[in-house]
Amino acid sequence: MLCPFLTDPALKRALVSAVLVSCSGAPLGVMLVLRRMSLMGDVIAHAILPGTAAGFILAGLSIPAMSLGGLIAGLIVALIAGLATRFTAIREDASLATFYLLAVAAGILMLSLHGTAQDLEDILFGDAQSVDNQMLVYMAGVTSFTLLALAVIYRPLVVESFDPHFMRAVRGKGGLYHVIFMLLVVLNMVEGYRTLGTLMASGLLLIPAVAAQFWSRKLSGLISISVLIAIISSVAGIILAETYKVPSGPAIVLFIGAIYMGSGLLGRHGSVRARYFPFRHFEA
Amino acid sequence: MPIDSDSMGAAMTITLSNLSVGYDRHPAVHHISGVFAAGSLTAIVGPNGGGKSTLLKALIGFLRPMSGHIDFGGITPQQIAYLPQQSEVDRSFPLSVLDVVLLGFWPKIGAFSAVSSEQRGAAQEALEKTGMGAFAERPIEALSTGQWQRVLFARLLVQKARVLLLDEPFAAIDNRTTHDLMHVLQHMQEEGCTIIAVMHDLPLVREHFPQSLMLARELIGWGSTAEVLCDENLARATQLAGNWVEHAAECKKVA
Repeated sequence: MLCPFLTDPALKRALVSAVLVSCSGAPLGVMLVLRRMSLMGDVIAHAILPGTAAGFILAGLSIPAMSLGGLIAGLIVALIAGLATRFTAIREDASLATFYLLAVAAGILMLSLHGTAQDLEDILFGDAQSVDNQMLVYMAGVTSFTLLALAVIYRPLVVESFDPHFMRAVRGKGGLYHVIFMLLVVLNMVEGYRTLGTLMASGLLLIPAVAAQFWSRKLSGLISISVLIAIISSVAGIILAETYKVPSGPAIVLFIGAIYMGSGLLGRHGSVRARYFPFRHFEA
Repeated sequence: MPIDSDSMGAAMTITLSNLSVGYDRHPAVHHISGVFAAGSLTAIVGPNGGGKSTLLKALIGFLRPMSGHIDFGGITPQQIAYLPQQSEVDRSFPLSVLDVVLLGFWPKIGAFSAVSSEQRGAAQEALEKTGMGAFAERPIEALSTGQWQRVLFARLLVQKARVLLLDEPFAAIDNRTTHDLMHVLQHMQEEGCTIIAVMHDLPLVREHFPQSLMLARELIGWGSTAEVLCDENLARATQLAGNWVEHAAECKKVA
C-alpha cells in the first residue's frame, strides 16, 4: 500500500506539501486559538474561495492565478472583518459568521457558473496530488518565511495576546504585530488550499492546536505537539485519500479529528481520563 | 493637591490643568486641576461612574483629554506603569509566573533583546518580595486571585517605573495579601516612586494613603486624606453620583 508513495512523484509532492503546511500552519493555529480567534481563522479560510474562483474564471486552472486571487480575497476579508467588528455595533462573532457564509456562497456560485463539478470539488475539498513543483517551491517559501517571521514577532505577539493593556502601557506597538500575524495567517491558508481545499484549510491550523491543549499547558509544548499532530494527520490523510480515492482535505481533517477525540479522552489535561481517573495529587 | 505657582512644571510632578476626559463627548472627568507631587502616594476615591478609572486612563495615555492638559514634568511614557482592574487579563494563557514577571523588563529589553541571567535573578527576587518565590515555574492559570495580584506586583517591582497607576489593586483581595502588597507599595514610595491608586476601601485609604483625590466627575477634594475624606465631601460625592445625565447640554466652562 505504501509503495506508490515512494515512487509516484505526484504522491511524493502531495506528502511534502502536507508536511510543509503542517510545519507553519499549526503554530499559527496555536496563536489563533489562544487569541480566541478561531472563528476569524475560519472566515479567512473561506474568504479564499471567491478569490480562487475569480482566478480560475480569469486564467483557468492556473495555480499561480488562483493562489493570487485567494491571497487578495483573504487579505480584503481579513481587513473588512477587522474593520466591521471595530466600527459597527454588531458583535464580533456575528459579523464574522456573516462574512464567512457570504464568501462561501459567492465562491460556490462563481465556480458553478464557470467550472465543472470536478473543479468545484477540487477547490472546495482539496486535491493534494495536483500540487506541482512550482507550487511546492511556493509552499516551501511560505513555510520558511512564516517560521522566520513568527520567531521574530513571537514575544510581542504572545504579550499582545495575553495582556494587551500591558502592551499598550509600555508602548509595545501591539497593533503592528497583530497585522503581521494576520498576514501570515492569510498566507498559510492560501498555501494550504490545494492540499486541503478552501473549506478545510483552517482545519489543519486550528484542530491540532485545540487537540494539543489536552497534552500541554506550555506554549512551547502546545506548538510542538500541534505540529506533530498536523504532520501525522496530513501524511496519514493523504495516504488514506489515495487508497480510498477520496478528496484529501476531508481525509486529513477527519484524521486530525480522530486524534482530537482520542486526546479528549486520554490527554493529560482536562480530558475525560484526567477528570475521572486522575493521577495521585501532589503534596502541595 | 491644589496648584500653587511653585509646583507648576516641577521635575517629576504630574500637573493636571483644567482637565476633562470622557467618552462620546460626555465627560467622565470634568475640569480638574491639581498636582501629584513627585514621590507622593495618592488614593483616588469616589462613587462608581465618578471618573476614577477614566482619570487613570488619561494619565497612561489611553484616552486623550477633551480639553485641558496633563504635564508630566519630564516623565516619559516608559517610566509609567499601569495595573488595570483584575478582569482584563487572559489568565488561561499558557505562561509561567516567571514569564509574567520578566515582562516587567519590557522597557529595557523590548520585543527582541534577550533576557539576561541577572534579570532572571531580579525577577525571582521580586517574587520573593511579594511572597511568591516558590511559584516561579507554576502556570499562571493555577493561581488564586490574591496570588495573581502578588505576581503582578512583582512585575511592577521589576519594571522600576517612576509612576505607578493602579486601578483598584485590592478589590477582591484578602486582608493578609492587601497588607503585604500595601507594604510593597510603601517600599516603592520610599524609593521615590509616585503612586496613584483608585481605591474603594476608605478605612484602608485613611490608614495608608497620605494624599487623596475625591472625584465625582467634578473634583470634590484633593489634598491630605484626613481633610478630603470628611463627612461633608462624602455626602457631596454621593449626592452628585445620583445626578448623571444622559442628554447634557454643551459645557460652556472655559477650557
